[in-house]
Amino acid sequence: MKEADVQQEPSYLGAPYGLASWLLTKDHKRIAILYLISITIFFAIGGSFAAMIRAELVTPQGDFLTADLYNKVFTLHGVVMIFFFLIPSIPATLGNFFMPIMIGAKDLAFPRINLLSWYIYVVGATLTLAAVIMGGVDTGWTFYTPYSSISSTTNVTTAALGVFITGFSSILTGFNFIVTVHRMRAPGMTWFRMPLFVWANYATSLVMILGTPVIAITVLLIAAERALHLGVFDPRIGGDPVLFQHLFWFYSHPAVYIMILPGMGVISELVANVSRKQIFGYSFVAFSSLAIAIIGFLVWGHHMFVTGQSIYAGLVFSIITMLVAVPSAVKTFNWTATMYKGAVVWDSPLFWVLGFMGLFLIGGLTGLFLGAMGLDIHLHDTYFVVAHFHYIMVGGGVMAFLGGLHFYWPKMTGRMYSEPLAKVASMLVFFGFNLTFFPQFIVGYMGMPRRYHSYPAEFQVFNVLSTAGATVLGAGYLMILLYLVYSIVKGPKAPMNPWGATGLEWKIQSPPITHNFHETPVVTEEAYDYLHAPAPTREVTHHE
Amino acid sequence: MSSTLPLFPPSASTVAGDVDALFFFILAVSAFFAVLVSVLILYFTFKFKGKHGEAGADIHGSLTLELIWTGIPFVLAMVMFVWGAQLFFTLAKPPADAMDVFVVGKQWMWKVQHPEGVREINELHVPIGRPVRLTLGSEDVIHDFYIPAFRVKMDVVPGRLTTMWFTATKTGEYHIFCSQYCGTKHSGMIGTVVAMQPEDYEAWLAGGRSTGSAVQNGERLFTELSCITCHKADSSGRGPTLAGVFGSTVQLNDGRKVLADENYLRESIMSPQAKVVQGFQPIMPTFQGLVSEENLLQLIAYVKTLKPAEPASAPVKK
Ligand code: HEC
Ligand SMILES: [Cu+2]
Ligand SMILES: [Cu+2]
Repeated sequence: MKEADVQQEPSYLGAPYGLASWLLTKDHKRIAILYLISITIFFAIGGSFAAMIRAELVTPQGDFLTADLYNKVFTLHGVVMIFFFLIPSIPATLGNFFMPIMIGAKDLAFPRINLLSWYIYVVGATLTLAAVIMGGVDTGWTFYTPYSSISSTTNVTTAALGVFITGFSSILTGFNFIVTVHRMRAPGMTWFRMPLFVWANYATSLVMILGTPVIAITVLLIAAERALHLGVFDPRIGGDPVLFQHLFWFYSHPAVYIMILPGMGVISELVANVSRKQIFGYSFVAFSSLAIAIIGFLVWGHHMFVTGQSIYAGLVFSIITMLVAVPSAVKTFNWTATMYKGAVVWDSPLFWVLGFMGLFLIGGLTGLFLGAMGLDIHLHDTYFVVAHFHYIMVGGGVMAFLGGLHFYWPKMTGRMYSEPLAKVASMLVFFGFNLTFFPQFIVGYMGMPRRYHSYPAEFQVFNVLSTAGATVLGAGYLMILLYLVYSIVKGPKAPMNPWGATGLEWKIQSPPITHNFHETPVVTEEAYDYLHAPAPTREVTHHE
Repeated sequence: MSSTLPLFPPSASTVAGDVDALFFFILAVSAFFAVLVSVLILYFTFKFKGKHGEAGADIHGSLTLELIWTGIPFVLAMVMFVWGAQLFFTLAKPPADAMDVFVVGKQWMWKVQHPEGVREINELHVPIGRPVRLTLGSEDVIHDFYIPAFRVKMDVVPGRLTTMWFTATKTGEYHIFCSQYCGTKHSGMIGTVVAMQPEDYEAWLAGGRSTGSAVQNGERLFTELSCITCHKADSSGRGPTLAGVFGSTVQLNDGRKVLADENYLRESIMSPQAKVVQGFQPIMPTFQGLVSEENLLQLIAYVKTLKPAEPASAPVKK
């Protein structure tokens, strides 16, 4: 076709040049890249905290970190990874870049607000880093009162304000996405022709705008209690410490879905592509995202079964928690069924899909143990919980993020990376991850509580295994960073559609022009129409 | 030290076996689905290996399958819910004949007081075969009292009392962990449960230095803090008589009715204005800051023993 002439156009990356043109850009693709760079930095910071934790826990007694320092390190690991990496990870990078393109739009509905969200994120993140430099904070990422509001002498207020400010970035992004999906779809792009990645980001955005204000108010109340001694959470002046947990988890449980729903969206794209087949049960996958987003708001009390909350409240939270497992199971079965009678191509995206499925399965299923009230009494606040949520948020979330990043990298950067290296890295990450976190299920059932700087000797074996796994995992992540960066410099130029994928994003040049499309596309087919999908254009790289 | 690698915690309470049974049930269900899905995915990956440019079969979905794989997980999840809830009810309702032990958590130690007055720190001696009910209070932040071998844990929350119970079944020493993060020495806030034969427990109690039973101490405090000047045995004081108040339903002056449980007694002493008894003036001073968490538990233990003077002629309250 006209592909040759299309490739002549300057891409969004080069038009125009200069730092100012990037820092003042309104292009959703450039903003996505700004986010990608920022979250990578925070992932590295959060990862080095994790390395310190794992190194300290090799032996039962405290070694090179004092108890106070250890407490600060795990707090910062959580705060950085959750608020500055996981929550923005997929929506603000891949979502920002591809959601408008996938629905045939030239940009998000509010490009300036999009840039503003990034600046807000940077301000919030900088404030939190300032708290680190000023001496850190030691409340745990959960900021439980009254420890955080009256007992801790660390920089709680600064860190809380950082989280508060960053919240606005999430709210604005969610708002922008929702308006974009409603108002900016190209002619013919009906709701049920939208790629599932768009559905997932839409559902995520709902959670962001409904939940984030609550956490913002909650952390602000902590700051107020510390500064003004308002009796909100401190029982000595008439407050209720458990009220904090209600407010906190009202946001933070749905926040788990902010971290995993977009990942599920990515996996839906990847599964269809590697199977070269229409996704099985499209509408069930789409609606299960919404179901998860909505039901996810009603389960927060499952974090509080042992706080002395009313048994009957506990019952309601437990049954709804069990219910929310169902849509996740539905998704998993649909992805599996999609591969049935597919034409499964063994490119690197397949490896990320398989890795995601393995880890997400374990993460999801172990949630059932924690949702069953009588069992949660034993497991609550042990390493079983630590393992469970890492399987979901890192196993599922990060695996999907990396899968998406690899899948879309050629489109975003216009370069190909080495397929064999990507396959090796995906396997390293998978094995490293399991070695790190699987032993934690066992040591958790044995009773090792989380956030322990020192622990009884019988738990040591499992901790040594974990640390060994973390080393492999770290090596895997580092390898990915290296070959992706290398690909920008030396990688072969990417064709328009290296995976032979369907969707508007694969019908435009790599990397796209600033306005994405030369003329507004008209959509005439459903998503994942792999029967009529183009063969991949792979003139530049070839595996084998 | 045993040479084999332990993979499972000791089971040393009456509920431990039930908790483990639920654990293994969910484990079996999970393992089944994990293996099923993994095998299917890998099988499809190999069986339907394709080439670039090929397309998979034209399948869009199946309502029957969707219903099946919505229905089966739903039913299984409900079974887990009901089982878990039953267990939770058992764990939440201590048997009536349970022996009362008070535990106070503070950064970073556990203070234990036995009914007969023997105290210990970071240790809890209990007889096997007899239900033990712990009443937990905190002097500062939230802690959590966790005994993995008994499969029980409960948060220890400042400003209120929480309870948990267990019946130890095997003699031995087991870990106590604080499992709610509480600051610098959170991981040092640990201790040992010593489960003993009942006769050994009695001997241990007899050998311990008792500073008076909880009730005796409570009675002394009741006089020292001049509660007695307002709360008389009959209704002649400025405050209501406390005889028989525990476990009764109290009518408040704002129209509400509350059950007088331990937390109500606690609140009545620490923030008397929060709930004012009908027919009385809010003149009771707060004892916030004047009584420690341990004294509070003793006062409550004493108030619980106050019974109406002539039970025979006491009118049935309607
Ligand atoms: C100055 C008199 C006064 C003193 C001293 C006093 N109280 Fe009271 N107390 C009252 C009055 C009046 C009420 C009823 C109004 C209310 O609920 O605040 C009351 C209510 C109570 C109640 C709730 C009774 C019910 O029927 O529901 C309890 C329990 C109680 N007091 C315990 C104590 C204890 C323990 C002390 C000592 C540490 C104490 N009081 C000291 C005057 C007093
Ligand atoms: Cu504690
Ligand atoms: Cu603690």
